[in-house]
Amino acid sequence: MKGKNQQLKAGSFVVQWEFILLMIFVLFNFFMSFTHSNYLRVTNLFDTTFIFSEKALVALIMTFIIITGNIDISVASMMGLSSVVLATLFRAGMNIWLASLVGLGVGTFCGFLNGFIITRVRLPALIITLANFSFYRGIAYVILGDEAVGGFPDAFLYLGRGYIGNSPIPFILVFFIVLAVIAGIILHRTKFGRTIYAIGWNEHTCYASGIPVDRIKLLLFTVSGFMAGLAAVFITSRIGNTRPNIATGFELEIITIVILGGVMITGGVGKMWGVVLSIFLVGTIRYGLGLHNIPGQYMLIVTGSLLIISILMNNLIVNYVEARYLRAMAALEQGEELPAEPPEKKGGDR
Amino acid sequence: MKKTLLLILAAILLISFSAFAGGSGAAKKEITIAMIVKNIGNPFFDVVRKGWDEAVAELGVNDVWRGPEQPTPEGQIEIMESLIAQGVDGITYVGNDPQALAGVAQKAMKAGIKVNGWESGIVPNSRDISVEPVSAQTIGADQVKILAEQIGYKGEIAILSAAATMANQNTWIKYMKEELQKPEYKDMKLVAVVYGDDVREKSYNEALGLFKSFPNLRGIISPTTVGIAATGRAITDEGMIDKVELTGLGLPSEMYEYVMNGASKVFGLWNPKDLGYLNAYVTYRLVTGEITGKPGEKFEAGRLGSYTIEPQEGVTNGLVYMGSLYRFDKNNVGEFKDEL
Repeated sequence: MKGKNQQLKAGSFVVQWEFILLMIFVLFNFFMSFTHSNYLRVTNLFDTTFIFSEKALVALIMTFIIITGNIDISVASMMGLSSVVLATLFRAGMNIWLASLVGLGVGTFCGFLNGFIITRVRLPALIITLANFSFYRGIAYVILGDEAVGGFPDAFLYLGRGYIGNSPIPFILVFFIVLAVIAGIILHRTKFGRTIYAIGWNEHTCYASGIPVDRIKLLLFTVSGFMAGLAAVFITSRIGNTRPNIATGFELEIITIVILGGVMITGGVGKMWGVVLSIFLVGTIRYGLGLHNIPGQYMLIVTGSLLIISILMNNLIVNYVEARYLRAMAALEQGEELPAEPPEKKGGDR
Repeated sequence: MKKTLLLILAAILLISFSAFAGGSGAAKKEITIAMIVKNIGNPFFDVVRKGWDEAVAELGVNDVWRGPEQPTPEGQIEIMESLIAQGVDGITYVGNDPQALAGVAQKAMKAGIKVNGWESGIVPNSRDISVEPVSAQTIGADQVKILAEQIGYKGEIAILSAAATMANQNTWIKYMKEELQKPEYKDMKLVAVVYGDDVREKSYNEALGLFKSFPNLRGIISPTTVGIAATGRAITDEGMIDKVELTGLGLPSEMYEYVMNGASKVFGLWNPKDLGYLNAYVTYRLVTGEITGKPGEKFEAGRLGSYTIEPQEGVTNGLVYMGSLYRFDKNNVGEFKDEL
């Protein structure tokens, strides 16, 4: 029944979280632009995207995973391990691109391992990825110990630091936007995307209806590992060297961004453009506060408050939908037609 | 309803953009110099800041003092990006991992900002000038000398450092090892180098680990203020006073207790307050163009007097040494404990 309930989700509801987020984003930028004359400088705005672009890449796949009602705590650890493997192989004399491919492969394998255990053992993804969160990071420490490895060639450094031609547009930003559009299309415009929501609404019904839930979960976690590997290549390039503790704590920031983007932690609800907006909102808040030399702790307070507001708002929306659903059912009993409104129609807000 | 709201938002955005399109190139009148420390909430940098503030007041410039919450290069990179965006005139940084900061430091220099790299490893083209408190060789060698005097030039010793990526500590350790090659230390054996990551608990546990792994351990050198205080506590807690001697770089306020109870009879340090003071002056002189960072140039640094920029191996930019290592013991630690 929950599935049907969700289908009525938000219908003509104007106050959607993504919309509120957009308003916060515009208003924040509007006010910040008055507080510092350099705020709206194009080069500054583009440069600030460097700081969060790696997290943004992982947030895309995390959106899929959370919509299915799962979670991947191990993303930052997979990033760490991929980065360490990449750098260690490079130091041992391997070609940097080949080493990057191996690093990417290691991330993908770690993700596959997550998915394999989750679908085989049928334990919550939270537990399995929490275990692997320590496991992968541990391996990274075993490989590199307390060392740092750097000295990569310039062509490799371009990936994470470079701009498109002579423009102020970072290469990685373009890369991210392309991937975000693809992710949005897959989530909102394909049968596969609808299946993702269906799993989040009611996994058991999906099993029963013959949807290959396990295979989809395995795929998602594997792609999560792949994206972590990709993010690892970019952050290794941007920073120019790596340590076993690289990207520590990123998983919480990534999950925060996704939840703030309107994706419900219990699954089934969320939009790609909300997450993309949330990425840029968190990025500009960091940038804006940084411009005023406000210490990072205040940033934590701001994102924390936004997160609580987003959860409360989502809760309110769900309550509203439930009330609406009950009314609709009552109307149905009186012989009226149930308003048919498939959720994928709502997907194309972009 | 939704469309109207969207339109209003778009209008607001447009207005705000156009309002500042012309204003962004405004000329700056005042000089702003910035300091990026390893992390905030680190007592050492709190003292550095006192000297920095003193110099900033004397010079009459604006200043920015920042550091990440955790001592990571990622956090420092973000801060430096933010300082570039603000358009400050000069940046002084002490890198958690100088290799990792080189890229963004080059970006700052390209943006016309003067960059002063304060006591961290040698990475070409990553700063206009370097400032070091005491030459790394002296720091390393002096700590070995102090410990040798304590343990009678005999026995197993260990080093408890900060993070393995911190170039300062690594350079000092390199010189400690070099010093230990000398014949007078032939009966001393370095058995381990461990890392407490400049975190109190981790350093404390590493010290306990050393006592356990090396029962014949006679001395520990900890070239980091967090590490030496944590080790002092570990020696006191475990009743190892006089069995294991401790020296290194510490703050009198944190080490007072351990000097008085004998856990660490002598330790060394430069004056962090003067270091902050000198760094502000060096950065200011760079910004005003009085110096460019080339070896041989001379400049005045307020109450510290005049300095000559010295050449540095492996890079083109010069280096300023503040002075020599200062020893604290039972007789003088009390005078400094409230200040440092």
